[in-house]
Amino acid sequence: MADTTPVLEIDHVSLRFGGIKALTDVQFDVRPRELFSIIGPNGAGKTSMLNCISGRYKPTEGRVVFKGQDITGRSPNDRASLGIGRTFQNLALFGHMSVLDNIMVGRHHLLKNNFITGALYWIGGAQKEELEHRRKVEDIIDFLEIQHVRKAMAGTLSYGLRKRVELARAMAIEPDLILLDEPMAGMNLEEKEDMARFIVDLNEEWGMTVVMIEHDMGVVMDISHRVMVLDFGKQIAIGLPEDVRANDHVKKAYLGEEDEFIEALERETGDLKEDA
Amino acid sequence: MSFTARDIPFTILCVAMLGALVWMFFLNPLLAAQLSINGLVIGALYGVVAMCFVLIYKASQIVNFAQGEFLLVGAWVCWFLLTDLQLPFFWGFLFTLVFMTLFGIALQVIVLRPMIGEPIISVIMVTIGLSIFFQALMKWMFGVFVQPFPPIFETSTVNLFGIMPVQTAYLFSLVLSLVVMLGFAWFFKFSRMGLAMRATAFDQQVAQSLGISIKVVFAISWAIAAVVSALAGVTVGIVNGVSSELSFYGIKVFPAVIVGGLDSIVGSIIGGLIIGLLEGMAQFYDSEILNFGNLITVAPFYVLVIILMIKPYGLFGTRDIERV
Repeated sequence: MADTTPVLEIDHVSLRFGGIKALTDVQFDVRPRELFSIIGPNGAGKTSMLNCISGRYKPTEGRVVFKGQDITGRSPNDRASLGIGRTFQNLALFGHMSVLDNIMVGRHHLLKNNFITGALYWIGGAQKEELEHRRKVEDIIDFLEIQHVRKAMAGTLSYGLRKRVELARAMAIEPDLILLDEPMAGMNLEEKEDMARFIVDLNEEWGMTVVMIEHDMGVVMDISHRVMVLDFGKQIAIGLPEDVRANDHVKKAYLGEEDEFIEALERETGDLKEDA
Repeated sequence: MSFTARDIPFTILCVAMLGALVWMFFLNPLLAAQLSINGLVIGALYGVVAMCFVLIYKASQIVNFAQGEFLLVGAWVCWFLLTDLQLPFFWGFLFTLVFMTLFGIALQVIVLRPMIGEPIISVIMVTIGLSIFFQALMKWMFGVFVQPFPPIFETSTVNLFGIMPVQTAYLFSLVLSLVVMLGFAWFFKFSRMGLAMRATAFDQQVAQSLGISIKVVFAISWAIAAVVSALAGVTVGIVNGVSSELSFYGIKVFPAVIVGGLDSIVGSIIGGLIIGLLEGMAQFYDSEILNFGNLITVAPFYVLVIILMIKPYGLFGTRDIERV
């Protein structure tokens, strides 16, 4: 990690819908090849934050800077072309298309041939280009171990596989930064382990910077490099997973106002341990 | 899918239609064949126009009431190029298509793009407004009388199989329709833009996250709709002459689209063919037996109502589609 200029800088971002403050003055940066997680209770503004990065929402205040370039006013498709890929919290595959077509949509902005050059298939390099894209897509398919369903209609797949296809599609745009919105929600333990492994490999082998929202604390604390905690749209902690876990505000946000009870409980278990 | 009680009315309708079709050939084979062929040719045109309508609907959920005016504008422009500027048909036709491409894009960019994010019903109202506007504009520019195209084909009719006279323009339009349909099939299946358009039709937000500009997709869908409708407009204009009657095709599209299913491209073509054939049948029974007069005009709309009652999502449409 020689290059330490951040891939993504969130500069004092606030987002309001009328009187509702979805995000208040959030500030963080994501370094190259980092696996960065955003956690928080339901309704804390995690997905809003992701939408600000991907361009779905425009922040009311503040700037979003990607690779040194201010992208606050850019459209979602521009941002995708610049290298921000994302998956969605609710499955959003093109159900009537094959897995392969789903992934090929992701290559859209990378394809250069148009109708005219495409008509000169062999001469204009369209064939070469297509082969190259197909190879990249096959690499992704191999990586996510979805070879056996590549011709299947996306709508017919199981939940876990659909999540994987969605990840494949986001990877197909060859992003530098990939945003994952609850990649493991609704999965069983085995599927979760697979997905966690894919995310780690995505980060380490493919060199993609990852920003992830996830509810499974075990996974988040295991694989993240750094974690940010949101609560009611405010950033209450950011840092290494162990620091965040130890943070009092975080405990309070997650466990509510009954933390005296929890503290008491902890004291007691501590006492028990000492006794033993 | 299994056969249930709900399918009974539809089955009866299908059987009745087929029966009527077969019976027609028993009564007067030659006339029946001729009307069927004419019906299918016109039906192919309906199909093509309906396809454009569905294209816009799928891409942007807009019900385009100005579809018929695309035919009208295209036909008038082509007529103008051929008669006033004395261009040969090939060039006149080509320029018409170029003009309609620009027209479609301009319409989307100037009128409909500012409407993105507004309620769909407002956008539909805008298309009704556009329809009225272009109707009036064309009347103002070219007059209210039917204007014939200069003769384009050397022979105006060809004898099919030696016995059946068919208008050359109809054959031309049939070939054109087939080319357009195959072109569409290729476009959606294999081209980059086609894939992008399918993605946008499915989910605009996701399409954007994959780097697809939905503004471009919308503009292209309007451009395609304008061009293809103009093709239909010109062919009909060659046969019947150009007048504001042409925009009635925009209304005829509704039965075709409802029969086929509002969001199915294939359905729109088949729906178009069915409606065309149905008109042929209506004309046959009207002239041979019933003598109501003008059954041909209303028959498609009877079917529209019946289909809406017994199979509201059409033959190929998505079941849970929202009706406007």
